[in-house]
Amino acid sequence: MPKNPDIKKVLVLGSGPIVIGQAAEFDYAGTQACRSLKEEGIQVVLLNSNPATIMTDKDIADQVYIEPLTVEVVEQLIKKERPDSVLPTLGGQAGLNLAMELEESGFLAENHVRLIGTTALTIKKAEDRELFKETMEKIGEPVAPSDIVEDVESGLRIAGQIGYPVVLRPAYTLGGSGGGIARNPEQCREILENGLRLSRVGQVLVERCIAGWKEIEYEVMRDGAGNVITVCNMENIDPVGVHTGDSIVVAPSQTLGDKEYQMLRTSALNIITELGITGGCNVQYALNPDSFEYCVIEVNPRVSRSSALASKATGYPIAKVAAKIALGYTLDEIKNAVTKKTCACFEPMLDYCVVKMPRLPFDKFISAKRTLGTQMKATGEVMSICTNFEGALMKAIRSLEQHVDCLCSYDFSGLDESGLKKQLEKVDDRRIWVIAEALRQGMSYDQIHEITRIDHWFIDKLAVLVEMEKALEEGPLTEELLREAKRLEFPDAVIARLSGVNTEKIKAMRHQAGIRAAYKMVDTCAAEFAAETPYYYSCFDGMSEVLGSLGVSVCPEEDEAPGRGFREAGSRSDKESGRDQEEASGGRDEEPGRDWEEASRREGKPDGGLKKKVLVLGSGPIRIGQGIEFDFCSVHSTWAFAKEGYETIIINNNPETVSTDFDIADKLYFEPLTPEDVESIVDVERPDGAVVQFGGQTAIKLTEALMKMGVPILGTAAEDVDAAEDRELFDRILEQCQIPRPAGHTVFTAGEAKEAANRLGYPVLVRPSYVLGGQGMQICINDHDIDEFIGIINQIAQDHPILVDKYIVGKEIEVDAVCDGQDILIPGIMEHIERAGVHSGDSISVYPAPSITPAIEAKLVDYTEKLARALHVKGMINIQFIVSGEQVYIIEVNPRSSRTVPYISKVTGIPIVPLATQVICGHSLRELGYNPGLQKKSEYIAIKMPVFSFEKIRGADISLGPEMKSTGECLGIGKTFNEALYKAFEGAGIKLPRHKNMIITVRESEHEAVVDIARRFENVGYRIFATRGTARVLNDHGVKAFPVRKLEQESPNILDLILGHEIDLVIDIPRQGAERSHDGFVIRRNAIETGVHVLTSLDTAGALATSLENRARELTLVDVARLS
Amino acid sequence: MKAFLILEDGTVFCGSSIGSDREVISEIVFNTSMTGYLEVLTDPSYAGQAVVMTYPLIGNYGICEVDMESERPWPDGFIVRELSRIPSNFRSGDTIQHFLQKHNIPGICGIDTRALTKILREKGTMNGMITTHVYEDYGEPLARIRKYQVSGVVKATSCGEKYEIGPSDPAKEPFSVRASCRPESLVRREGEGKHVALLDLGAKNNIARALWERGCRVSVFPCDTRAETILASKPDGIMLSNGPGDPKENREIIREIRKLYESDVPIFAICLGHQLMALATGADTYKLKYGHRGGNHPVKDLSTGRVYISSQNHGYAVDPDSLDPMVAAPAFVNVNDNTNEGLSYVGKNIFTVQFHPEACPGPQDSGYLFDRFIKMMGGKE
Repeated sequence: MPKNPDIKKVLVLGSGPIVIGQAAEFDYAGTQACRSLKEEGIQVVLLNSNPATIMTDKDIADQVYIEPLTVEVVEQLIKKERPDSVLPTLGGQAGLNLAMELEESGFLAENHVRLIGTTALTIKKAEDRELFKETMEKIGEPVAPSDIVEDVESGLRIAGQIGYPVVLRPAYTLGGSGGGIARNPEQCREILENGLRLSRVGQVLVERCIAGWKEIEYEVMRDGAGNVITVCNMENIDPVGVHTGDSIVVAPSQTLGDKEYQMLRTSALNIITELGITGGCNVQYALNPDSFEYCVIEVNPRVSRSSALASKATGYPIAKVAAKIALGYTLDEIKNAVTKKTCACFEPMLDYCVVKMPRLPFDKFISAKRTLGTQMKATGEVMSICTNFEGALMKAIRSLEQHVDCLCSYDFSGLDESGLKKQLEKVDDRRIWVIAEALRQGMSYDQIHEITRIDHWFIDKLAVLVEMEKALEEGPLTEELLREAKRLEFPDAVIARLSGVNTEKIKAMRHQAGIRAAYKMVDTCAAEFAAETPYYYSCFDGMSEVLGSLGVSVCPEEDEAPGRGFREAGSRSDKESGRDQEEASGGRDEEPGRDWEEASRREGKPDGGLKKKVLVLGSGPIRIGQGIEFDFCSVHSTWAFAKEGYETIIINNNPETVSTDFDIADKLYFEPLTPEDVESIVDVERPDGAVVQFGGQTAIKLTEALMKMGVPILGTAAEDVDAAEDRELFDRILEQCQIPRPAGHTVFTAGEAKEAANRLGYPVLVRPSYVLGGQGMQICINDHDIDEFIGIINQIAQDHPILVDKYIVGKEIEVDAVCDGQDILIPGIMEHIERAGVHSGDSISVYPAPSITPAIEAKLVDYTEKLARALHVKGMINIQFIVSGEQVYIIEVNPRSSRTVPYISKVTGIPIVPLATQVICGHSLRELGYNPGLQKKSEYIAIKMPVFSFEKIRGADISLGPEMKSTGECLGIGKTFNEALYKAFEGAGIKLPRHKNMIITVRESEHEAVVDIARRFENVGYRIFATRGTARVLNDHGVKAFPVRKLEQESPNILDLILGHEIDLVIDIPRQGAERSHDGFVIRRNAIETGVHVLTSLDTAGALATSLENRARELTLVDVARLS
Repeated sequence: MKAFLILEDGTVFCGSSIGSDREVISEIVFNTSMTGYLEVLTDPSYAGQAVVMTYPLIGNYGICEVDMESERPWPDGFIVRELSRIPSNFRSGDTIQHFLQKHNIPGICGIDTRALTKILREKGTMNGMITTHVYEDYGEPLARIRKYQVSGVVKATSCGEKYEIGPSDPAKEPFSVRASCRPESLVRREGEGKHVALLDLGAKNNIARALWERGCRVSVFPCDTRAETILASKPDGIMLSNGPGDPKENREIIREIRKLYESDVPIFAICLGHQLMALATGADTYKLKYGHRGGNHPVKDLSTGRVYISSQNHGYAVDPDSLDPMVAAPAFVNVNDNTNEGLSYVGKNIFTVQFHPEACPGPQDSGYLFDRFIKMMGGKE
């Protein structure tokens, strides 16, 4: 079936800000789909409120709107742009929900717009619990006994009938928000109350608990002609009960025989057929490990996190194919983009093993419960590929960047058998480490399986790793043992720790014995067909397929690939390579291709006929503090390098991102970002340089290691990066430039810190050097705070000194700039609404800075220029200032790309990352047609609003401070400040007013300050409740406030008020310092978990009041692609 | 123990011995299925060949005897990257290690199966030797390896004498939408149904099982049965099974099949049966460079335009250019390489497919073809 000629202009809905359960995977899918649509000559209109995405670039869509994802906005946009179709299946649950509302209201039909990629009926059949159940029953697909309830009492009744434990799942929520397993009526009541409120339709599914069954997923596709295929199946190592987003997942399934595999595959295909999906679909199953009994847990009729994972695991571009199907193509008409010879109508076959691990935010939320359940908590994930499961797991572990690199990394050796058993019962993120310890202590597979329900096969694999640890400890480190350890992907550093042999010696031993990483290709077909996609992973038990790597490519065709790699390997006679093959495969006795290495060393790099190679280091898993922005930067930098004539090589391990799509760079290495893994790639690729300034702290951290490998750092030199981070060096530079900074000291111990703090005078800001996202940063108001905080810092591995700074109250200003070594271009100045002390990533950021005087502006520009020059910046620099009165202090300088770059690029129309890349390649700003200095202000105001996922992380303190807590952001853009602000709040999902009731409770020092804000809320019609002290002050100042009882007082107290569902907003200003009031914490948590908005900064509250005072009637939608 | 795989082009892979340590020379072919190693091992079509599994982790779910597609494993050798230390599945009754030993099948593990696959892909299927002997000089074994030819394998894999499988009771268990997934539910029962004569050319069990599931009574005939004997059993339809080896080698069987063609009995043929019917009616077959073995091949039903993912295992194909349009027309085509995947015979109740609608291992998507066959015999779909 050819393309439908009626489809000419398509509106694509994005997924909005990154929150837990809806992350970068939708940027990946959306970007791929938009490119796929444009390939077909379709005009693409894009709507997404998230400015940090690649999909919102003007290169990706024709019209780009960074506006709130609300029904009103979509309606207005459809009237303005007049698309003929809407594609809602790429924007996650958010996109799907929007489409449903538009369809149900009849708006789409009225405006002659069709939904493509799905139908309303399909969405309903998959998402509406009752209809879903009916549909499954109709085709004989089993679902767990369940019922839908709309009130707590019937929920309890149904649960009683089904029998505890039961699983509760609210309908239409993302990441399983508000769901959980209830073991008794009390728990059931609690979860029901919460879940009913969070569900868009007020429904909760009560279902038989199948916890402990195997959780299996299938990614399937269907076209309009009814052709169906399976892209990939996946097995969760954690059985049913842990959200798949928080599970360790392996692809393909490992413990299913062909009978089970085909049974579920056929079921998935029957389901996608019955639902009539045209595009991709994810089906999750629970499979009884002791029989063929299974049930369908869930169907996602759209691309999802799992489909992103499946795409990366197999090389099959689901979103791209889904977009083509939406246009009317059938699967057999679409090319397999990997082999370019075969078509998209086939099923990928893997000849490797893929492991995905979640990146959980418990390092950020120290007080949060680590327990994993049906509600997703991970902010991101890593994926790894290897020829064996153990190796893939080891690689995934070290990709997490959580100070873990093997199964010894969390120490449970202090626990005895009963302690271990208790620990095993706790389902948390450290469970595999607990299992490893249990194995070390001799617990049987059966015992471990009994408690965890994890399959014996996986337990045995962990045992293989534990046995290797022991073998390494016992020694001696023979070549054979080393070879096996490397096959299992033990990093040299771990081998060194266990064996007592130092890493240098291990490396020498390895090279002597020819134990080196080989690179294999992900080709969708297990080598059955020649593939053209340079998508690689490493292993230690095979021959390399990357040209120029050690060991000879066995494939003559690839040896002859033009224009790439080194001729030495290909030019050897057949006879020789035949001999080498034998040695390489036999490999255990002699080093494969060692002579090649020598030869190439003698002859040096291939001559100028070949392109220069640049290594772009990605940013690893999405975590709080290092989000999708850095992927945006990495990808744009890669594209810019390609335009400059470089051969580009990306290394990254995040399956959710655009950067790990195989057609972004010339070569993609899906590998951990550790020095050793990077070095192995460097040995093979021998790049002419590496760029680290776009990959966030992950890449920056690799600078030193890259230099040791002899890879030149492109752009700002490593010493200068160091100078910005090293307190003394930096102080010297500031002195030279005569730029003031808050007084401060570098210390190493708590004692020194207290001494410094007392000298500076409290409050002080304490943080470790080398941090991103303010990890481990705190305002301390007394000695006790310092003791406590330094204790916490020391729990996290700490190789760097601690900084103690005077905390200055003032306006926080942020500047991103590009410097070519001589001239500096400043796209714009941003001002934070929250005063200094709230992490810049959690602040509302306004461009252009609304309240600075020309004198201050001149000072900011002057300081920026001086610093960029003093640090010899080539490329990007990000500086944060505090403005207090007429004084400008510098608080932080990052000689790299920052979180604000994507948004400021889009608002100003200045392609900052490409510009920085061109500068790095040796062009000057003037040569590129830019006048240096501060650029003309945009005609629009743009406000970046942080978005949090607090409701997902039980026990996390939500109060804002110097430690970053937001997971994502959205943008409000308007002609006026008020309109921009309104859009930003809308985009962040703060849609007020509803009940017009609010609670204010502030610490005493803020009593005066809160009066004005309270009055403004009163003026827009709010009824104010306040704790006694606050209420008295408000009433004294003529603001009507109803006093409520404190938490510890008898009911009805403040908590009852919150739980009564009549409250829109809580303004709670906690006292500063590490010691937080327990009351405040309980109030904030309860409010968040009941869906009430909580603000912990008066500045944010003021901004919200402003927004409410100026509610826009009609929004002006701004096409960002037209800004310049 | 160290083991070596010596290919006819002189490449040597060194790994560890699994199963038997006897030396064997065979034709080396690769299979890309990610599950179903037991079904592969017991598929008689692999007689005369040694199989490389491209999926690296084999043996994970052990051995479940009821999943066997015949009485015993047929490949001369088994080549894998890694064998699981323990099996883990509720139905597993044995380990793959023991299974190979028990059946005296030699094998090799710990080699780079992807590199091997790429050699076979680029240079084409070739002979090889699996051995634990350390040769000082490869000249002698290489000469033997190059001389090897697969032959006589149909006779070796076919049943010795005729036997019968009764029709089924259509009652289904609550969750049993696809009873073929529950091989343990296969119980021979008496009753009514269409009578199918299955010519066993090295048949996989699931062909008979698929017919049985559809209520057929199946008479299984040895490969050297005369056409007259088969027709004398008065079948409602004749099924020609899959099987190993070069189709052209089976001259006598082809002659008998020609007689079956000339009868008016509806015929459905799979794989080798499909090739033999083509040869019997004047068409030609040829050897593919490296064959199709796996569970992911798309085949297009030319009568509907629908594409199905199929299970495949064949090294030869029917040359569509050799077809007499008055006799047979292509019915299925492989979407990947456009090779012929099925024929429908003009003016006859005969259709044949190159792929495996009986699955096991692999996708069950083309199982509807058995229904088509039932309908052709005048039964209900």
